[in-house]
Amino acid sequence: MSELLEKAGLLKPHSVYGVMGTFDEPDDLVEAGKKVRAEGYTKLDAMMPFPIHHVNEALGIRRSHLGWIVVCIGLTGTAAALLLQWYTGAGPVDLLPGWTGLGAYPLVIGGKPTFDFTFAMPVTFELTVLFSAFAAFFGLWALNGLPRMYHPSMNYSQSHRATDDKFVLVVEADDPMFDARKTADLLKSLGARDVEVVEG
Amino acid sequence: MADLAIQRQDAMNELQPPLVLGEHTTYHDISKQVSEIVEAPVYKTPLKWYIAVAITGGITLMMVAMFTYLVATGIGVWGNNRPVGWAWDITNFVFWIGIGHAGTLISAILFLFRQRWRTAINRSAEAMTIFAVMCAGLFPLFHTGRPWRAYWLFPIPNTDLNMWQNFRSPLIWDVFAVSTYFTVSALFWFVGLVPDLATLRDRAWAAGHKAKQYIFGSLSLGWRGSARHWQHYEMAYLILAGLSTPLVLSVHTIVSFDFATSVLPGWHTTIFPPYFVAGAIFSGFACVLTLLVIARWVCNLENIITIKHLENMNKIILATGTIVGYAYATEFFIAWYSGNLYERFAFVNRAFGPYWWAYWTMITCNVISPQFFWVKRFRTSVPLMFVLSLVVNVGMWFERFVIIVTSLHRDFLPSSWGYFQPTWVDICTFIGTIGFFLFLFLLFARFLPMIAMAEVKHVLHTQHDMEAHGGRAVNP
Repeated sequence: MSELLEKAGLLKPHSVYGVMGTFDEPDDLVEAGKKVRAEGYTKLDAMMPFPIHHVNEALGIRRSHLGWIVVCIGLTGTAAALLLQWYTGAGPVDLLPGWTGLGAYPLVIGGKPTFDFTFAMPVTFELTVLFSAFAAFFGLWALNGLPRMYHPSMNYSQSHRATDDKFVLVVEADDPMFDARKTADLLKSLGARDVEVVEG
Repeated sequence: MADLAIQRQDAMNELQPPLVLGEHTTYHDISKQVSEIVEAPVYKTPLKWYIAVAITGGITLMMVAMFTYLVATGIGVWGNNRPVGWAWDITNFVFWIGIGHAGTLISAILFLFRQRWRTAINRSAEAMTIFAVMCAGLFPLFHTGRPWRAYWLFPIPNTDLNMWQNFRSPLIWDVFAVSTYFTVSALFWFVGLVPDLATLRDRAWAAGHKAKQYIFGSLSLGWRGSARHWQHYEMAYLILAGLSTPLVLSVHTIVSFDFATSVLPGWHTTIFPPYFVAGAIFSGFACVLTLLVIARWVCNLENIITIKHLENMNKIILATGTIVGYAYATEFFIAWYSGNLYERFAFVNRAFGPYWWAYWTMITCNVISPQFFWVKRFRTSVPLMFVLSLVVNVGMWFERFVIIVTSLHRDFLPSSWGYFQPTWVDICTFIGTIGFFLFLFLLFARFLPMIAMAEVKHVLHTQHDMEAHGGRAVNP
């Protein structure tokens, strides 16, 4: 089966995801990450049971721009809420079937105007928060490429420890400096254990 | 020299006790201890869990029966009638919403204030929030009398009705506030759960449990702990915490608008929003305390949920309880100082009228009982804090009852004055929601990780770091 796929060009023969090695302590991972990066590697990642801040600097991972996505979608929520409350209270009649605005038939309740920012504030606030929270939630998974069923890092014998108590350093194979043997030796020399060339 | 170092360490522990107990606790110990509760095979589940599930499940069925009876018969099966049109249903609604507030406070506000002790309790407190809001939502839903028309509350374009919601009404604000609150709490909770579900998935894989691997694998969305993922994750967590903080304050503010924007003496007061929020946090912390005292005892989690955590919660109960007491006093002062006869009558009637017993139960439970927590010995006594947490919750239920019923039962027109008495359906419905709440919590405690493992490991890491450098930083 795999040979057929290889011939069809759908499966690269012995494609390699990268070299992975394990550390016991977060600080060791950070130190090793700094040294690997100093060697000139750029396609680095780590797998760890909880976030360690110095790892981002050590591996050159840029700050998340999720905040901007949330701000844009949150403001969309603000606009949507104001539009909703203005249209349903004072908007033009029959924009679409079922979308009857009450502009031509204003209901005076408690002597209040058909639209005003003061009474629109609670719903506007709530919808801004709701839209922003959805943006943060779905944005998080979209930026991370999740959910996904399979990832090559699962082929690493220690990957299940990365959600428990081990700290894994990854040098990915598409790094221009990557050389399976040399990279593996480098990780070993930095004190990594269970260093493996992981298939992708 | 060594003696000096030990003395110094002892002194530091005295000043700032460690958040995770046990000298040689490793990250793996945390995974193991928390996961094993979830992973235990069915036959190893303690018998007391089954008994508790059977009882609370039975009470939940009673709640279902009560709502069925109400829908089949009519809203008249409750004791609500003129002049008391809002009674136990809205009391219970505000009570449950208030309980939920502690979960968001712990998960969001204490996160923004970098209170690291929250990590041991935030997961269960957030679960409690979600379950409490579910219980709360049932009451206004069934109070509408026609719950199958509930979609009329939402602005859905329609041709059959050709009408829209009245956005000038605080009741519609409430719909938006409560549904947003429920949604955001659930999203926040799930985001927190994902790394821990991945831990459970990988442990199931290592143990060769196919079914568990598939279940936790699907739920954890393929989380693998990548540093890039954590980067976005921490940002999302911070944003959700930042959003939940004003949200939680807004929810009870808007609930209080249901009363404050009316023209009824006893309801029409500007102090309501802050007073309601403080009361909500007060009752919510008491409820978290009740549940955690039981959970840490049943599941042997004393090393993760330490006395320090419980003591901190007691301090918050003391602070918010005192704020609530201050609000009661201010209300009375303003009733006198405003010179408004109706306002003054409403408050004197509250304390000395036909419902005097409810008022003084409220004062005793909410203002007097938390004052015990000024004393450290009482703050750190588990049996005492358990009893007081129950007392506080009784008190906070009475607070809502007092506000709603005493303000309504003396109408502007003396000929319509009345006295509200609950029916058996009122009582059974409320007990039913308590059973439903506990039932959901028991399922959660058995099938999902009750402690946020990834966050506790982070705290443990910081703690190791500081011990290695011979001291504790104030704000690491």
